[in-house]
Amino acid sequence: MSSRNLMRVSHLTKYFGDTPVLNDVSLEVAAGEVKGIIGPSGAGKSTLIRCLNGLEPIDSGRIWLEDTELTAARANLDRLRSRIGFVFQDFNLFTHLSVADNIRLGLRRVRRLGRDEADHIVHRELARVGLESKWQQYPAELSGGQQQRVSIARALAMEPELMLFDEPTSALDPESVGGVLRVMRSLVAEGMTMIIVSHEMAFIEAVANDVLFMAEGRVVEEGSAEQIFQHPQQRRTRQFIDGIAAALIGEASEEGGGA
Amino acid sequence: MNDWLAFAWPHLPALLKGTGYTLIIWVVAMLFGSLAGTGLAVTRVYGATPWRRLATGYIELIRGTPLLVQMFIVYQGLPQVGIVLSPLTAAITAIGLNTAAYQAEYFRAGIRAVRPGQMQAARAIGLSRRRAIRHVVLPQAWRIALPQWANEVVIELKYTSVAFAISVPELMGQAQMIGADTFRYFEIFLVAAVIYVVLVGLVTLLLDVVERRYALRH
Repeated sequence: MSSRNLMRVSHLTKYFGDTPVLNDVSLEVAAGEVKGIIGPSGAGKSTLIRCLNGLEPIDSGRIWLEDTELTAARANLDRLRSRIGFVFQDFNLFTHLSVADNIRLGLRRVRRLGRDEADHIVHRELARVGLESKWQQYPAELSGGQQQRVSIARALAMEPELMLFDEPTSALDPESVGGVLRVMRSLVAEGMTMIIVSHEMAFIEAVANDVLFMAEGRVVEEGSAEQIFQHPQQRRTRQFIDGIAAALIGEASEEGGGA
Repeated sequence: MNDWLAFAWPHLPALLKGTGYTLIIWVVAMLFGSLAGTGLAVTRVYGATPWRRLATGYIELIRGTPLLVQMFIVYQGLPQVGIVLSPLTAAITAIGLNTAAYQAEYFRAGIRAVRPGQMQAARAIGLSRRRAIRHVVLPQAWRIALPQWANEVVIELKYTSVAFAISVPELMGQAQMIGADTFRYFEIFLVAAVIYVVLVGLVTLLLDVVERRYALRH
């Protein structure tokens, strides 16, 4: 992993009314790094990741993508966003467009590619997420997991330098989760720089180089996956990790009891 | 019945010529109304406050006044400020301005019904707001509004008959003239009514095909 910083966030603060949802959040993402963001609901994880590509306005703080400041008054946000892939919890595929056209739109209208080149990329990216045969289908004809994989292909087609995932498996039924995580794992293997907000703790523990634990709008603890999941330093982190473990054990024993 | 046909037959060319005018008024006014209606709807949803207020004011003004009054203002009022329009142009202008306000409201409801995530996803791949509206929001809004839009354009097809009041020789105007010549108003208006029914039927069939073709899949 190179130590070059691809994204830098310093002292980010955001309020909803009088309530701070992000309170002095700073982080750095090196090229090739996979950063996991975990924490309880309402911790500000999704708000944070949506600020990182300018989908949410911020109240103070600064964000850089390499040397370009996203938060500068004159920042060309459209251009910056095209360099950052974003995957939504509820996919947000364009409902009026076929799978191929969903991917083609950005290629044609943002990257300004010709038809042939765009089509080539459409099929390449669909193959990458294992859905090459679905190019003519419409989003409503696909399962949730398939829609999410198309949305990943749509983001990848822009050839982003950084991929942001906002709880990409939270809206999926359990059997669809695996397919999406497999695609994400292959991106990790390719060396893609990724920031992942997720409740899939086992996945985060397995793929993240670095994990941020957030609660009440603050970064409570940041460290290696091993530190956060096995040896959390902060009491709040320990509570959260132990709570999940307890819930999992509870679920397992319930299932055991029922069988 | 035979008597009616024998009476109506020689007048059919005149009635069909009138039908031609009806269709011209309707098609041009609907095209204008769809474009202007889309612009008004986008302004009402996304525009800066002064523009939004202006669009809202226009829509309320048009919807609050009768088409006939609007048509007379365009045809007989505008010449006082130096804008003289032929009856046909005045009719198209008045009906176009009128339907734009109604269509704007249907399109606006359509835009509001597009899920916010669609705009966010469009912005996330780097589309500007303008392009996101054009390529993502409007195509969906238009499909959502399609049934009401279809209803509106069918209503307007019948409202073109108001143009007879400013002496446009459309279907109603022709029937009126033939009636005045022959004093057989009953027969000639019934024939005109039948032509309207056939037109509305054809247009409705066509719009059904369009609605099925473009229905949003959910």
